[in-house]
Amino acid sequence: MTTPTQGLFGGRGTAMALRSGLARGRIETRHTLTTRADLWNYIFPSLIFLVVMAFMRGATVPGTNFSLGARTLPSVLGMGIAFGGLVTTMMSLAIEREDGTLLRAKATPNGMLGYLVGKVVSVAGMTVIAQLLVFVPALFMLDGISIDAGGVFTLLWVVVLGLLATLPLGAMFGSLFSNPRNAGIIMLPVMGLVAISGIFYPINAMPDWLQSVAQVSPIYWLGLGMRSALLPDNLAAVEIGESWRHLETFGVLAAWTIVGVIVAPIVLRRMARRESGSSIAERRERAMKRIS
Amino acid sequence: MAVVDEVDQRAREDSPLGTENVIEVRDLRMRYGTTDVLTGVSFAAGAGEVVALLGPNGAGKTTTIEILEGFRMRSAGEVSVLGADPAHGDEKWRARLGIVLQSWRDHGKWRVRELLAHLGTYYTPFRDPWAADELIEVVGLSEHAGKRVSQLSGGQRRRLDVAIGIVGRPELLFLDEPTAGFDPEARREFHDLVHKLADSKTTILLTTHDLDEAEKLADRILILAGGSIIANGSADQLARRMSTEAEVRWTIDGQRFVHATVDATPFVRELFAEHGAAVEDLEVRLASLEDTYMSMVRGFEGGRTEAVREFEEVTR
Repeated sequence: MTTPTQGLFGGRGTAMALRSGLARGRIETRHTLTTRADLWNYIFPSLIFLVVMAFMRGATVPGTNFSLGARTLPSVLGMGIAFGGLVTTMMSLAIEREDGTLLRAKATPNGMLGYLVGKVVSVAGMTVIAQLLVFVPALFMLDGISIDAGGVFTLLWVVVLGLLATLPLGAMFGSLFSNPRNAGIIMLPVMGLVAISGIFYPINAMPDWLQSVAQVSPIYWLGLGMRSALLPDNLAAVEIGESWRHLETFGVLAAWTIVGVIVAPIVLRRMARRESGSSIAERRERAMKRIS
Repeated sequence: MAVVDEVDQRAREDSPLGTENVIEVRDLRMRYGTTDVLTGVSFAAGAGEVVALLGPNGAGKTTTIEILEGFRMRSAGEVSVLGADPAHGDEKWRARLGIVLQSWRDHGKWRVRELLAHLGTYYTPFRDPWAADELIEVVGLSEHAGKRVSQLSGGQRRRLDVAIGIVGRPELLFLDEPTAGFDPEARREFHDLVHKLADSKTTILLTTHDLDEAEKLADRILILAGGSIIANGSADQLARRMSTEAEVRWTIDGQRFVHATVDATPFVRELFAEHGAAVEDLEVRLASLEDTYMSMVRGFEGGRTEAVREFEEVTR
């Protein structure tokens, strides 16, 4: 079945929609930065992480005399990127589907393409800004972070590939929930993955099967990739396989990217096809009932 | 149905199909599960016409308009909108349509001018969209151009909805229940706005359950009930056709009788011939369009379909 959404990729006006989408992403990022409540949503978790790392400053990574706080910083940045890609994308898609933003995009020529490009830009932009909010103050607080030219290169590809791997997944999850309040359900497994992904503590001590589960999720590899970029090389010794495993990091993140790029458009198209004025009205009614 | 037949005839004469009519719907059917919502809707709308799809809640107005917008797949029937099947309309086709959606809280952080300028850019490969400031003036939001959308009042938001709907200077505009939940003031302002659009030769299809609104806005009214169009004509035509129905009330020996008839005069003559002076309290009342429509709506909403059928007979 073909619908007007078939113009999602390709066709006349696509170039313009890409440009409009970039503009949309910039505008939305600016809105977030100028809306107090939104800004607080980004600053608050950053503050928590900074406090946590401050407390971990004295502890050391087991088997070394390296600060556990300094080891945690890159891991937290990696987790932040995964969260941005997965959770921020998912929540905003679920919310904007409910409130009719997506329907407006659907009613506009090439609007869906513009919307998605805008979403990628604004989520990526805000995710990077949010990581800087943690990274910059932490640099003054923690000792042991070291970055060289190779590290900068690693940092760049890990961040970009990490966003590419997680954004489409987040969009997919977001389009599965027609009620944003239900989307919170997905937070539980995500938090579970964080717990086993070695963000706050190396996972070598965990049972093998749990380590295997962790190594499927992009969160583990984002954490590892960020550690490899920002920590001295000798700390690879405490990782699984006593190596930064760049090849595997690239492989797993690229695999998730491919899955997302193939599956997300299908899921998104299916979701978009169902959007109509009456489905929005239904959701509005439901949401209003909940309030009153 | 006389008027529908007329339309069909017109469509047949104007071959190839769809050269003149902006909208053509023939025998449109929609079924959800085992429920038939539309059981054969046929109508057409010419360029520049303002057509109101009038009917009680649940009659299938929104379903019909969403099929025409390309937002919903139909079960059966032929539909052509601006010469294309909405189920396969491409983005170029979409650029010629305007859809006024009911905003809720979308784009709340956007400023009015910013949003209209942004949405306009999507149309530039296809046509010449409104300049944001000009459009803002047309819908009367100049004072609020720099405000965030979330700060607008309900009425101002609806104006913005209309502005978004027409930003690409559409050839065809869809308005689904445009004034639902409006106070009389906002409603009148909205009607003025629609008149302005109609003057600019935009074809408009709107749905409403309010006869008064349909009469004020539309060149032509289609009454949708029981899954099909049961009347089609200008408010005048419908009223004239409707007024042939009369209600005759009388009493004989204190007992009240009521009879609805199309030919009141011969009926009364016969009544007197039969009962003579026994007939008392005679009353002959022509039903107005509104009476008839209201009785149909009540009947329909009460789950009765006879009222609809009666109405159908009257309008035949």
